[in-house]
Amino acid sequence: MSIDEDVPSDVAGAAEPPPGPVARLKHPRAIRWLHWINFPLLTVMIWSGLRIYWAEDVYAFGIGSWQWFAFFPEVVYEKLDLDRHLARGMAFHFSFAWLFVINGLAYTIYLAASGEWRHIVPDRRSAAEARDVVLHDLHLKAEAPPQGRYNAAQRIAYTAVLAMGAIVVVSGFAIYKPTQLHPLPLLFGGYQGARLIHFSMTIGILLFFVVHLLQVLRAGWGNFRGMVTGYEIEQPDPPEQPVQPDRPEPTEEVPS
Amino acid sequence: MSDHDQPTDDRAAQLRAQAQSGPAIPIDEFRRKSRRSFLTGAVGVLGAGAFWNYIQTKSEPVDRVPGILRNTLEANEAIWSNFEGRSAPEYDIADASPIQVNGRVGIREEISLAGYTVRVEGPDGDVLDDLPIDHFRSLPQSDLVIEHKCIEGWSNITHWRGARFRDFHEPYADRIGDAGYVALETPDGEYYVGWDLDAILHPQTMLALEQNGEPLDQAHGAPIRLATPNRYGIKTIKRIKTIRYQRDRAPDYWAERGYDWYAGL
Repeated sequence: MSIDEDVPSDVAGAAEPPPGPVARLKHPRAIRWLHWINFPLLTVMIWSGLRIYWAEDVYAFGIGSWQWFAFFPEVVYEKLDLDRHLARGMAFHFSFAWLFVINGLAYTIYLAASGEWRHIVPDRRSAAEARDVVLHDLHLKAEAPPQGRYNAAQRIAYTAVLAMGAIVVVSGFAIYKPTQLHPLPLLFGGYQGARLIHFSMTIGILLFFVVHLLQVLRAGWGNFRGMVTGYEIEQPDPPEQPVQPDRPEPTEEVPS
Repeated sequence: MSDHDQPTDDRAAQLRAQAQSGPAIPIDEFRRKSRRSFLTGAVGVLGAGAFWNYIQTKSEPVDRVPGILRNTLEANEAIWSNFEGRSAPEYDIADASPIQVNGRVGIREEISLAGYTVRVEGPDGDVLDDLPIDHFRSLPQSDLVIEHKCIEGWSNITHWRGARFRDFHEPYADRIGDAGYVALETPDGEYYVGWDLDAILHPQTMLALEQNGEPLDQAHGAPIRLATPNRYGIKTIKRIKTIRYQRDRAPDYWAERGYDWYAGL
């Protein structure tokens, strides 16, 4: 795997780290740029998309005519200035969509070509490990399962959000040009099916974002800085020490 | 650790190796890089903010949309109008259902339909014809059962019946010179739409006289309106009074109010 980073050759490579704490490359430059560019683009897409959705806001959870939660309560539209802006919403949505798609494609191509996908795509043991990660995070399990650059729950979450991004783009095109891209809408059960899936994926991405934000806050400054600079500080392995027994050996004489 | 945990150790070692596969640098170099990255990030945030500010406040609005966004809508039109020849799926008449009434601009007042005529104008303002509705009934009639799509997001499978615009157009083809656009207006001139000639000549663009097996009612555009699955509903003008061939792009009610002139699907 080659990484496009200007690392001096005398310290490059994982074989011989210099003594003392070092900083190790975690996020290659392309990943960092594309990740951060995606953030404002996705924000504009969701904001303008909700302005479009407002004009026909029919989705709700419920049974029959009973609605448990309708997307969205009036206060949400008012507070975020989403109401009565359908035309502007469309103008922003269909302009920034190209940037969002180009950025997403660049990210996907880089991930595939660089081999970085290996850090993100789950393997067959990730599901069980992800369950343990969640239990560990909830303090229900003492030990965290082994992990690579990302733990199993992260791998599943990151892959899922990439998949949702792909679905949101393809279903978006199906809504945007249903005749010219026919039969693309049939992939989603028709024009209205594509609209529902487009909306659902957006809600999924928003839920991911909430969890992502909380986890980033939890993980702390060093982790966040890593996504900006690419490097995370790594403490050297502690020198080999004799294994401490869990309990003192029963050397004392038992009083009789 | 007991014996059966052995594979986990392999797993752990393998994953640890994967996590440490990146190159390592000394801390002082890290600090230098870190400073540079945060500076780059700050410049990026400022740049993005400036761009946003430009779109929202500096870019001169064209028909109520920031000019730069209006330009991308035009660029989108240039891309998608290459796919204009494609057709939307059609459905069985049994699939059709009643359609809601949405736009009332231009048709607010009920009018008398006795003696109603449609005026056809050429590109130089000359009146080519003043046609009674019977003329449109005398053209070949066909059924068009399509998903009518509103720009708001709802859609409705609707059964239209009437004359294809291209059949209406045929006698005028030689009389309009190089006109590339069609302007359509309601009798009061309140509502008006602009079409590319190519798009309005698509076999699925219809001058509809009936809807779901009944003559059009006034709220749905009696006596004659447009119908198509290939444009948003805003382009399917109701109660057509004037059909004018034009050389330049015809004005459009909703395009002047911030929407995309093209509105193609």
